Amino acid sequence: MSASLTVGRRARSVIWHVGALAVLAVILYPVVWVIGGSFKPGDQIIGSLQVLPTDPITDNYRRLSDGIADVPISTFFTNSLLLAGGSVIGVLFSCSLAAYAFARIRFAGRDALFTLMISTLLLPFQVLIIPQYILFQKLDLINTYVPLLLGKYLAADAFFVFLMVQFMRGLPRELDEAARLDGCGHLRIYWNIVLPLCRPALITSAIFTFIWSWNDFIGPLLYLNEPDKYTVSLGLKLFIDQDSVADYGGMVAMSLVALLPVLLFFLAFQRYLVEGAATSGLKG
Amino acid sequence: MTPTTTRATDGARPPTGKSRATAAPGRRENLAGYLFLTPWCIGILLLTLGPMLVSLYLAFTDYNLFDSPRWIGFENFQDLFQDDRWWTSVQVTLKYVLIGTPLKLAAALAVALLLVKPRKGQGFYRSAFYAPSLIGASVSVGIVWRAIFNDDAIVDKSMSLFGWDVGGWIGDPDWALPTLVTLTVWQFGAPMVIFLAGLKQVPGELYEAAEMDGAGRWRRFRSITLPMISPVLFFNLLLELIHSFQVFTSAVVIAGSGTNTGGPGDSLLVYGWYLYEQGFRNLRMGYAAAMAWMLMLGIGLVTAVLFKTQRGWVHYEEDAG
Repeated sequence: MSASLTVGRRARSVIWHVGALAVLAVILYPVVWVIGGSFKPGDQIIGSLQVLPTDPITDNYRRLSDGIADVPISTFFTNSLLLAGGSVIGVLFSCSLAAYAFARIRFAGRDALFTLMISTLLLPFQVLIIPQYILFQKLDLINTYVPLLLGKYLAADAFFVFLMVQFMRGLPRELDEAARLDGCGHLRIYWNIVLPLCRPALITSAIFTFIWSWNDFIGPLLYLNEPDKYTVSLGLKLFIDQDSVADYGGMVAMSLVALLPVLLFFLAFQRYLVEGAATSGLKG
Repeated sequence: MTPTTTRATDGARPPTGKSRATAAPGRRENLAGYLFLTPWCIGILLLTLGPMLVSLYLAFTDYNLFDSPRWIGFENFQDLFQDDRWWTSVQVTLKYVLIGTPLKLAAALAVALLLVKPRKGQGFYRSAFYAPSLIGASVSVGIVWRAIFNDDAIVDKSMSLFGWDVGGWIGDPDWALPTLVTLTVWQFGAPMVIFLAGLKQVPGELYEAAEMDGAGRWRRFRSITLPMISPVLFFNLLLELIHSFQVFTSAVVIAGSGTNTGGPGDSLLVYGWYLYEQGFRNLRMGYAAAMAWMLMLGIGLVTAVLFKTQRGWVHYEEDAG
């Protein structure tokens, strides 16, 4: 009897896995489709029901090395990496400082400021972009990276402040009390005790910052107007715009190349990502 | 350095003998707090509160970025109500939000229920289902979507295999928006992960007791699962709604290239894109600012309604562990 029970259970488990994989196949189909398509000749990409190419070609990638609108692809990548890297540093620095204040220091007006910080989460960005644009235009900072980076260094991403506050609140208070007795000030406690213990929250914030900055489209679209300053997202847009006759091969190859850093990041850090998203309710 | 004794504000924390004696004087703490908050304070004044005031002012002006703003009172708002394309953008966005959000949450919950029991390869499944959420907002995926739903492309062909011939989705005013909706539903990973966290909190004894009482699967879902995860559902709903109202990149990319006008027959003219077009292409900054405030009012209204109704359907447990 127990044998038939385990057989039944095993069968159910197999059915579950087959079902889950089938759903997954539909969901990940577009990703596989880009990979396959990037190795097909342009005229076979759109119409064909085949996912994988019959004879793979690399022309699409070779064409990318010519660059887009006289700008080499590597320029877009360097720019995007610069922005994403700069954003990560800024967010880690400024948001952790603010989070430490909200989570570990008892100062007058803290609760009111915390409510203010949380309420900015509900604010649609459209309300801010026009005045922000005017501000940066008056400061003569259009076509620089300052408008795209400044907010990251001024803790404007309330999501990350909130995430870090939640995490820091969970750390035992005895730690800073012991440090306090040893004569440590807040700066030492922040740097030597709280920050190292916050690594999971910092890693999650870093990953999301990198990926969001990499995928950002409206920011660069607003503030950058010379192609050699463009990010990968804008380069892609440029690529679609300049071709009146759609070059699907090149487009698909470029799309995949543009996704590559995000996919690699994802594969490397997926465990932190999914857990970080669950604890904080972050949006992808 | 006189150690302060008990603090009334600290009542929320369980009193431990230690924490009382070591609290530092208020003044020092205040100073430290504001020092740590300096970047954030500058940020919120310079990039949030200041701009909000300016955009409120601009909403009542005629401003083209070059001449100084001219006060025109409520004219922008009056013009909005007579602007057919504005109404179109409102309708497109509402349709997108009202169809996309429930579908996305349903997909998220369904997959979360599928994944909630610990099984082999759980980490793999969770990550794989989450992947679209990360790349979904990129221009790349917009392009891929455009290609997949193009005339004669894969979706069209597969559907005609089943005798359902729509033709190209993105070229058809009736089907362009469903294309965009599928893209948002596809990104169900983020709410799914939050649902998973919520489902894990539901005590297993409840199900066992219900099963003994002879409650079926559906009954258990409706009477136990849904009420128990209602706070998480509320949270997801709120976030998704706010998020969807602001859709931009994917709509722009799917709508097409070059002189973008919002897709076939403006069927993809989402609110965010129309605002961008008015503000940054036609340089009607005042008009766009008025649009932004209308959006804010709309989101505020939806949020308020949600918070008002939550009493009726969101159940908070005293002991969630």
